[in-house]
Amino acid sequence: MRFWNDPDVRAGFTVGLPLLGAVCPVAMVFGALSVQLGLTVADTVLMSAIVYAGASQMVAIDLWGQNVPAWSILLAVFAVNFRHLLYSAALTPIIQTQRWFTKAFVFFFLVDPQFAFTEQRAQEGHPFKLRWYAALASVFFFGWTIATLIGAMFGSLIKNPEALGLDMLLPLYFLALVMGFRARPRWALVVTVAGVVSVLIALGPELGILPAWLGPPWHVTIGGLAGVFAAALVPPHRPGSAAGNKAARNSGDRNGNAPPLDGAAAPQLRP
Amino acid sequence: MTPDFVWLTLACAALTFATRAGGYLVLSRIPNIPPRVEAALDAVPAAVMTALVAPAFFSGTWREAFAMALCALLCLRFGLSGAVAAAMVALVASRHLV
Repeated sequence: MRFWNDPDVRAGFTVGLPLLGAVCPVAMVFGALSVQLGLTVADTVLMSAIVYAGASQMVAIDLWGQNVPAWSILLAVFAVNFRHLLYSAALTPIIQTQRWFTKAFVFFFLVDPQFAFTEQRAQEGHPFKLRWYAALASVFFFGWTIATLIGAMFGSLIKNPEALGLDMLLPLYFLALVMGFRARPRWALVVTVAGVVSVLIALGPELGILPAWLGPPWHVTIGGLAGVFAAALVPPHRPGSAAGNKAARNSGDRNGNAPPLDGAAAPQLRP
Repeated sequence: MTPDFVWLTLACAALTFATRAGGYLVLSRIPNIPPRVEAALDAVPAAVMTALVAPAFFSGTWREAFAMALCALLCLRFGLSGAVAAAMVALVASRHLV
């Protein structure tokens, strides 16, 4: 019983559970689509359990249904999952001192909300705890795989997720997490560049200003990289300001709200 | 089970794990991380999450755009859960009533 009373475990569950409302409908749609394409329930659940990457699973079964050669399916999966390289690089200072088993565990379960909440947790000043990470991961992993099974067996049970707004729950969460990182240096620049490039890539082909082979899912990789490069291109901090940088990362209240020091952090931008 | 698909799934799983471990494996071999790289890594969550959600602001109706704007504004004053919950209520209400 001590496990359930552990504050880190509770915090992990508490942060993850509200997101099940967004995760489960997507998994059910994936399950239903996969079976419609002629795959078995076992194929479908296996994919959710061992690939465990929603967007790339959708792309993979979609291309599978179009009889595309395997290498080009894998290329598409890599394109969609490219952002994970950035995630694991960004987590380096947080997990560097952990055992190899813990690191492997972290990597396997590193889905988008898991990464964002882990960064947020570190920003709040909590040291990395495997049990916090595992509690959060178990919510997403079992939610994802069980909802895949339900979707594969019974079709999409939720006929109209739009009526409940569930299609927008994940985007709104990600948006709120972006706002929670606003005390970090160069935040406004990063968000502006990533947002503009992402929108251009996502909607460009539709508007006829970009070739058709761009468009989703490339907006995530290209938009994300554009934001990251923008941060790297701004002149680096003067020597010794790394500590100030860390302080900005670790500030903020429990809800991920930035403290009212946006202005105070700004001088770091112009050494 | 569909044998070809199981092979594809195994390859996808290996590839996905490689992307999730790769960034760390590269970076942990650099003894002193240059300031520009550190700045780039610090920007990863905001950059990628923004790239994920930005098109939703323009690809939906005014209701989705309004809910996102409301959510961002509420985040300036309230916590994450409160801001998301309020934006969800506004979104569902606008879809049913307007």
